[in-house]
Amino acid sequence: MAEEAVTDAPELAAGDGVRRRDFINIAAVSVAGVGGLSTLVPLISQMSPSADVLAQSSTEVDISAIETGQAIKAVFRSQPVFIRNLTPAEITEANEVAVASLRDPQTLAERTLKSKENWLITMAVCTHLGCVPLGAGEGESRGEFGGYFCPCHGSHYDTAARIRKGPAPLNLEVPDYEFVSDTVVKIG
Amino acid sequence: MSFPWANEYKPSHPFMQWMDDRLPLPRLVYNSVGAGYPVPRNLNYWWNFGFMALVCLIIQIVTGIILAMHFAANDTVAFDSVEHIMRDVNWGWLMRYVHANGAAAFFVVVYVHIFRGFYYGSYKAPREMVWLLGVVLFLLMMATAFMGYVLPWGQMSFWAAKVITGLFSAIPMVGEPLQQWLLGGFAPGNATLNRFFSLHYLLPFVIVGVVVLHIWALHIPGSSNPTGVPVKSESDTVPFFPYFIAKDGWTVGAFLFFLAAVTFYAPNMLGHPDNYIPANPMSTPAHIVPDWYFWPFYAILRAFTTDFFFIPAKLMGVLAMFGSILIWFLLPWLDKSPVRSASYRPLYRKFFYVLLVAMAVLFYCGGAPAEEPYVVISQIAAAYYFAHFLIILPIVSAIERPDPLPYSITEAVLGEDESAALSPAE
Repeated sequence: MAEEAVTDAPELAAGDGVRRRDFINIAAVSVAGVGGLSTLVPLISQMSPSADVLAQSSTEVDISAIETGQAIKAVFRSQPVFIRNLTPAEITEANEVAVASLRDPQTLAERTLKSKENWLITMAVCTHLGCVPLGAGEGESRGEFGGYFCPCHGSHYDTAARIRKGPAPLNLEVPDYEFVSDTVVKIG
Repeated sequence: MSFPWANEYKPSHPFMQWMDDRLPLPRLVYNSVGAGYPVPRNLNYWWNFGFMALVCLIIQIVTGIILAMHFAANDTVAFDSVEHIMRDVNWGWLMRYVHANGAAAFFVVVYVHIFRGFYYGSYKAPREMVWLLGVVLFLLMMATAFMGYVLPWGQMSFWAAKVITGLFSAIPMVGEPLQQWLLGGFAPGNATLNRFFSLHYLLPFVIVGVVVLHIWALHIPGSSNPTGVPVKSESDTVPFFPYFIAKDGWTVGAFLFFLAAVTFYAPNMLGHPDNYIPANPMSTPAHIVPDWYFWPFYAILRAFTTDFFFIPAKLMGVLAMFGSILIWFLLPWLDKSPVRSASYRPLYRKFFYVLLVAMAVLFYCGGAPAEEPYVVISQIAAAYYFAHFLIILPIVSAIERPDPLPYSITEAVLGEDESAALSPAE
């Protein structure tokens, strides 16, 4: 018994029934598999935004004509952007909200640039499903919280463009921007 | 498979015999939709909607190929090319109106077909695969219809593309890159329009392929029938040709009458006037809704307005909307009653009608603005919708006492008279 076990074990370790053909099969299928899968990269990637679309990555806007309390819509990456000159009352209203009670807690200061707190610049794209909210134009509904109102599915944003009511999960997105001068802002 | 008494294909013309030995395509047709396919003799008119759906698919493909000859899938000219079709192309207006209203008619027919399945338990063993393929077909139809709606590149087209691809942005982590990948940009643009056109042309042929599988799977056990009692003998069936071809032909005629009436007298009845305004990425139409055939599911999407534990309201709405259709895949295993037809299920029958009412309520709320009281009403109706499948169906099938079933289809048609039971179908 003991002798048999000794003679059996090395044979299994050495050969284990693995043939040269098995190695060739595995190697061939692996190479073909990796090669086949890697063709998926261009097939899938071609649908991503193309170079010319990505090239429209920044835009400059003259904001000198926007009076206090007014808002305009600019275009950034073929999407609308709200640029709003907040009134002191609207700033106070935004700062009075208990931040912890918000769905997406952020202060107005975190959503604006220092010493430019009256300039609220956000994407005009509802974070629910991407409609353009109302509230920038003259006479448009600004919702229950005085900011923006999305008519598609009833999301209400406050004067800091934070989500307060409705299905949208997040505040209106604040894009990267900087003030080139006091009257020109560069978005992107 | 077929029943042993099915007529056998016997070509008489020498050419057809020659053909049958080499490529038995005529034999396949004869056995699938000809005299070689025995069908239960008691099928009622609700069974005509499958054939009508096939006619709809053919109408959509023919008119669609013609429209593609004149349409330009480019965001600068797409809207104008549709107007070109409407005003300048010979009979272009007819092709477009038939295609647009034909899509709506297709959904009417398919909804009836689906609810026929709900009522008569068509999804039950041994026809689960027929049902599953049917749900796949419905999903493909919805995708095709959505992409077709985007092509005219009007306001409703543009915002439909934005909102529907926005559904995918609800997925955690990968949502936003996924949406950009689907659109080929940050917002719907030329890339979006082009790929939607490509896929809108492709998917109908995928649908044709799945329809072949759907019919193949149906022909293994054969058609169900209003009693739900399986076919037992030759006297229970009649051949598909000429009997049901003739019956289907008459309802197709009636269907075409209605399609023509809408196409000629109210071609824009089901459309939105805003889609005659060219796409404008800067302004969302005041009242944005999908076409009517998506309303029940759209209402479910909008019913979720507050976060559900750690799941955001938006993701919850999206999951519920897709779940409301995907749940149909589980139907054969949620309804365990061995009795197929609701005609013999007094309790299930009541809940079937309540489900119809819930769907009608969701339908109405889906077309209404996102305001109260519609939100609360759709929340209640959506909750009932899911309860119907997940709670009511399993309980009803466990506790229900079904009415006595007839012994056979022949008995159900002719009564228990002995001579009737023995008389052959034809």
